[in-house]
Amino acid sequence: MAKRVLVIEDEPNIIEAISFILSRDGWTVHTHSDGTTANEKIKATPPDLVILDVMLPGKSGFDILRDLRDTPETAHLPVLMLTARGQTRDREMAERLGVSQFMTKPFSNAEVLESVRSLVQA
Amino acid sequence: MPQRQLTGSRIRERRIDLEMRQTDLAQAVGISASYLNLIEHNRRRIGGKLLNDLARALQVDLAALTEGAEVALLDQLRSAAAQDRGAGAELSRTEDFAGRFPGWSGLVTRQAKRITDLEARVKVLTDRLAHDPQLATSLHEVITAVTAIRSTASILVTDNDIDRDWEERFHRNIYEDSLKLAESSRALVSYLDTPSDEGAAALSPHEEVEAYLDAQGFHLPYLEEGGAAHHAPTLRSKAAASILAEYRATYSQDVRDMPLVVFSQAATELGHDPALLAARFGVSLAAAMRRLATLPETLGHPAFGLAMCDAAGAITLQRSIPGFSLPRSAASCPLWPLFSALSQPMQPIRRDVQLPIEGGGRFRCYAIATPAGAFSFDTAPTMQAVMLVRPITASGSPADPVGTSCRICSRSGCRSRREPSILNDDAV
Repeated sequence: MAKRVLVIEDEPNIIEAISFILSRDGWTVHTHSDGTTANEKIKATPPDLVILDVMLPGKSGFDILRDLRDTPETAHLPVLMLTARGQTRDREMAERLGVSQFMTKPFSNAEVLESVRSLVQA
Repeated sequence: MPQRQLTGSRIRERRIDLEMRQTDLAQAVGISASYLNLIEHNRRRIGGKLLNDLARALQVDLAALTEGAEVALLDQLRSAAAQDRGAGAELSRTEDFAGRFPGWSGLVTRQAKRITDLEARVKVLTDRLAHDPQLATSLHEVITAVTAIRSTASILVTDNDIDRDWEERFHRNIYEDSLKLAESSRALVSYLDTPSDEGAAALSPHEEVEAYLDAQGFHLPYLEEGGAAHHAPTLRSKAAASILAEYRATYSQDVRDMPLVVFSQAATELGHDPALLAARFGVSLAAAMRRLATLPETLGHPAFGLAMCDAAGAITLQRSIPGFSLPRSAASCPLWPLFSALSQPMQPIRRDVQLPIEGGGRFRCYAIATPAGAFSFDTAPTMQAVMLVRPITASGSPADPVGTSCRICSRSGCRSRREPSILNDDAV
């Protein structure tokens, strides 16, 4: 059975590109664009990995990650965080909150694929 | 150190203007040429009969030798010294320096101001890069568009068996994202496009407005003539334009309430008393004070200083006149009636104040703090204070001591002092 990836991102063309490359690689891809309801979406149908944007409407990726880590069922869920803000403090914040991997935009498709594969295997 | 030290420089200037030799002047007043030389170079203080004799020999009033307009220059020199105490400027000889080397003094103060302006500019730029939400949003939009284009283009280049529908879809996405990128880039460049005039760019919005008003002498003929709203001066920042628009609206209202010709006549008739003028025109005291500060000197009115501040004591508008200028970059002396008015809302205050300057620096101040804007239930009013300042001559009557800011104030035993003065160790 194909592994499930949930892409939480509000930019439709980035969602489309990531969904395409992951689908071609054999992953089942679900997408979500609203930060406010992201945690409910994850709890309803837990994925094998979450690709999480930092700047989302309604609720930031940091807050979503904090809620995930505070919930026992998702405390160890692999999370690949994507951000257009590459400042050191954002990276440090993500690491403090327990991110699995932090990647700055613009990323390459190969980097995303490699990270997804390694995080789910781990 | 008394202002009188500059008397020697004035004696020398006047003698040279008269093309009189030093020996001739010395002989006329019965002193040696070498002693006059010391006086002219501000190395001997004089007064009494000798000063009177010199004034007579030079055919000038005594006041022309003892009173000067260098107060502002001396303040600026002390401020410059305060910026770099480690440089070891001889503060006790500030007046001597200003008197003997006015050109160099001007250079020092101009360079000190430029340094202050550049430091302010660096701070603005640093804050902008670090915290500006508009810049962060613009950069985010650019990077998001670049990310989408890069990822989509990569698929088109590396995936050889992509079906036609997906290919068309990705081409369309790239086109859409390229449009977003172009728009975001244009907005970013426009935002970062700073004016080439560094000095003006370093001004805060309030300072920019004041610079414009100063250039007009705080008198705007186009508003006096019926409020020509189409006359819009070019200001660099939107914030400054907004502040000026608010000022112009208030100015126009004041013109309607107090038309120039009748107000000018009344001001002369009533001795420029703001309370009497407020009663005559049925306006608030603050409005009368504002209006007095807009009267042109060409109609024979004195130049009034004006300062306005908010409840935090931040200067929101200021018209500086020689000897009166409240600092913006450093905290002002809290003894000015402008600030004491804030603790006595609606209570008009009239005080004569004295700066620590001999032979000048005395002003009559009128101040009041009033609520700004409309009242509303269950909301505390926002207070603002206004102060009108008029230079007066010392008459022997008492005056409240004031300063500019603590660092360059030589007063001793001041209960309002925030920090030690650089001028003397006694001033604590």
